[in-house]
Amino acid sequence: MDMKLNTALDLDQPLDLEGALIAAIGEGLPLVTRPYAEIAGRLGCSEAEVIDGIRSIIADGRLKRFGVIVRHRQLGYRANGMVVWDLPDDRIAELGRCIGRYSFVTLCYQRPRRLPDWRYNLFSMIHGKDRDEVIKQVEFIVSQCGLQDVEHEILFSNRCFKQRGANFQARLAQVTEAARHG
Amino acid sequence: MRQYSNLEQRLLNEFQHGLPLSPEPFADIARQLGVYETTVLESLERLQTEGVISRVGAVFQPNRVGASTLVAMAVPESDLQRVAEIVSGFAEVNHNYEREHRYNLWFVVVAADDARLQEVLEQIEDRCGYALLDLPLLNEFFIDLGFELKWT
Repeated sequence: MDMKLNTALDLDQPLDLEGALIAAIGEGLPLVTRPYAEIAGRLGCSEAEVIDGIRSIIADGRLKRFGVIVRHRQLGYRANGMVVWDLPDDRIAELGRCIGRYSFVTLCYQRPRRLPDWRYNLFSMIHGKDRDEVIKQVEFIVSQCGLQDVEHEILFSNRCFKQRGANFQARLAQVTEAARHG
Repeated sequence: MRQYSNLEQRLLNEFQHGLPLSPEPFADIARQLGVYETTVLESLERLQTEGVISRVGAVFQPNRVGASTLVAMAVPESDLQRVAEIVSGFAEVNHNYEREHRYNLWFVVVAADDARLQEVLEQIEDRCGYALLDLPLLNEFFIDLGFELKWT
């Protein structure tokens, strides 16, 4: 897998400090008293540079979340429904924010319609312990946000053919950063 | 699924974002929770070993790191396994799922830049033999503060 990724993304280019830092925090902190100092040791810079570096990555919006990354499935959240909505274009920001504010909604994105094949313009991800819980949560959103007249569908996930998380993202971040800084 | 202690529940729920950027972040968390730092470190270690947490670290913005898109394909059930394997074989593909819908194969494609992304989409279409829907992110209406776990 890593070999393949290497070829595809040309990971042989040297990394700058920020690229290496993005990769390190994407892979996860060592669980030790001074994790930033340990990362600094690996990267050959100071602890303060690591902490300031993370601050600037957060400040410019590239980092979405920095903390304990939980695997929902392992905690009994086995149902995953992608709920797609056909929202009126002129109300998408208002209604999108309404849908996105519930704690059981883990993603809420506007994406383009592809007419006539695909009419939906908002995608939200809802996790629940089972299907019934997801359905109830969708009904709750419909009533709270006033979406009774909005067409929507729940696409439950079935088989997972491939899932790749942090490492892939971190490696990609590495090459992207490396490319950006030439 | 085992029972989680009150400390574990709080570690899982209250620290999904905003990890302290101080030299000793786990000692800060321990102080907030009124326990020893070693207890926090051991608990996180155990949760990580058990696979309940994948790591303590960063989640990046999908649209800020490289170029990415969500893709949907409508594939006859009898051909789904073959097509899914072709799709998964691309290094640029992650999160390849079957979903219950006429559009039954959903995956995310991530590449270093937009030109490479378009190239990969064309290759996938060619090799699978089905048209794909390219559904890139336009706007995000969501602040990711993690996911509230309920323990009842």
